Amino acid sequence: MTDLTALTLDEARQGLAKGDFTALELTEAHLAAMEAAAALNAYVLDTPDRARAMARESDARRKRGEAGRLEGIPLGVKDLFATEGTRTTACSRILGDFVPPYESTVTRQLWQQGAVMLGKLNNDEFAMGSSNETSAFGPVVNPFLPPNWDAAKARAALAADRKGLLVPGGSSGGSAAAVAANLCLGATATDTGGSIRQPAAFTGTVGIKPTYGRCSRWGIVAFASSLDQAGPIAKTVRDAAALLTAMAGHDPKDSTSVDLPVPDFEAALGRSVAGKVIGIPREYRVEGMPAEIEALWRKGAEMLKAAGARIVDVSLPHTKYALPAYYIVAPAEASSNLARYDGVRYGLRVKGRDIVEMYEKTRAAGFGREVKRRILIGTYVLSAGYYDAYYLRAQKIRTLIKRDFETVYAEGVDAILTPATPSAAFGIAEKAEADPVEMYLNDIFTVTVNMAGLPGLALPGGTDPSGLPLGLQLIGRPFDEETLFSLAGVIEDQAGRVRAPRWWA
Amino acid sequence: MSVDVATVRRIARLARIEVPEAELEGFRGEINAILGFVEQLGEVDVDGVEPMTSVMPMALRMRADAVTDGEQPAKVTANAPEREDSFFLVPKVVE
Repeated sequence: MTDLTALTLDEARQGLAKGDFTALELTEAHLAAMEAAAALNAYVLDTPDRARAMARESDARRKRGEAGRLEGIPLGVKDLFATEGTRTTACSRILGDFVPPYESTVTRQLWQQGAVMLGKLNNDEFAMGSSNETSAFGPVVNPFLPPNWDAAKARAALAADRKGLLVPGGSSGGSAAAVAANLCLGATATDTGGSIRQPAAFTGTVGIKPTYGRCSRWGIVAFASSLDQAGPIAKTVRDAAALLTAMAGHDPKDSTSVDLPVPDFEAALGRSVAGKVIGIPREYRVEGMPAEIEALWRKGAEMLKAAGARIVDVSLPHTKYALPAYYIVAPAEASSNLARYDGVRYGLRVKGRDIVEMYEKTRAAGFGREVKRRILIGTYVLSAGYYDAYYLRAQKIRTLIKRDFETVYAEGVDAILTPATPSAAFGIAEKAEADPVEMYLNDIFTVTVNMAGLPGLALPGGTDPSGLPLGLQLIGRPFDEETLFSLAGVIEDQAGRVRAPRWWA
Repeated sequence: MSVDVATVRRIARLARIEVPEAELEGFRGEINAILGFVEQLGEVDVDGVEPMTSVMPMALRMRADAVTDGEQPAKVTANAPEREDSFFLVPKVVE
């Protein structure tokens, strides 16, 4: 039999429907692959018993003629999604062995469509990071080899301290690495400043952050509530469309989820893009941009042009202020959201002489350094005397950033094309000594989209000279994810997929 | 703007995170790097600009003022580090 883990979600769906294999066989193949790839550290918890039980139920449902849209499809779940009865930690020590007594809306909808859970995926602690190195469970290894490395050298590094191997990006690094390494057919992820799109770009996978409000945030560990959105990471554009169709939808339990019908996003694939107007924002041509990123961007525009789209130059004048404004808004919201981790109702508790000392010791022991730093900054910018200078000003600038996009869309632009990241994947520990701002610059092309609440899709557009995947980003109008899928399909048809070598086992 | 060690100590206290004296200086440097980075926001003219309150325009929905959930103390306290019956236990806060 062919390697079932090498299939795309769509191919697996067809194989299951034809009876070529069962959901249980498909699940077993993935569980075996996960075991062989444990050293990549993509999963922080395998749930083989739950997976097998779900797969058996799926096979039974199919026999009864009750197959859902994702019937029998094995998925990985970012450890930010609450999964009933299965440990959920946000990859933080402070949540300890938290076992949610409830299921997040997004994952519940996936299971309702017949999907199977393989396990929980690694991420940066509380989704704060761009390399998956802030996780309490340690870094995730990108399945793509560093430039000029062979499999033997990579295996030796994997057995030692993983140094020199590449990061998968973050915060959804486990999701992206697992999809790229064929350890699931798709994964849930979340994106606050680029946490779906940047890891997708680093691993040659497809990720979409939908419009703010498209997916319910209920049951997802909160980081910055006005920016957080869930979305899928998948092997292909079609797979991502299939997953988003199941994940999206109105939820009365999240007052910011939007009551709009969810289209069948897969139906947008293959739709003509002739006449679509694609904006190329001049402010994204940043100083020091590597030549291969410039070339990729140009190539992306040419591919869309070849399919009949019209390419126009546009201006988004407040682009350069998006990242600094983000580093006020996101920490401010995080400092408020993370106040709930106090050692009383769940998670870690470190005893103190009184309740305040208990809080302080618990939070000191439970949070990692990146999380602490962001809480401290958030506390500072919200504190008396500084609120107007920082937080209020940042929220005004956010209005201006959104207005930039509205102006461009009002002029008839259907979508915007940019690079997804300023570089290909970098090495584990490579940026450990750098100042935090250098790590933050990874999100320079993605963060504007969160600030404006818009949908953004990242997909592989090609590779750099050493064969590492490079990602393109398509930014859409609010709630027009369909156009993004149509355009992404056109790019994928021409650029093809970028597949990771299998060297770890 | 930049912060000194005393300010880091004060915000750590406000954030209820114990930061040992030896680590204050490290945080001070990192926080100042970020505050230096965000300083460029000062050059933007924000006169007359409304601060964003909702990224997508949406009206908050009302729901019936009715009990829709509850009566499950065992589930609510299941993850508590310390509990007794259906109560969370904390150090004494009232003398």
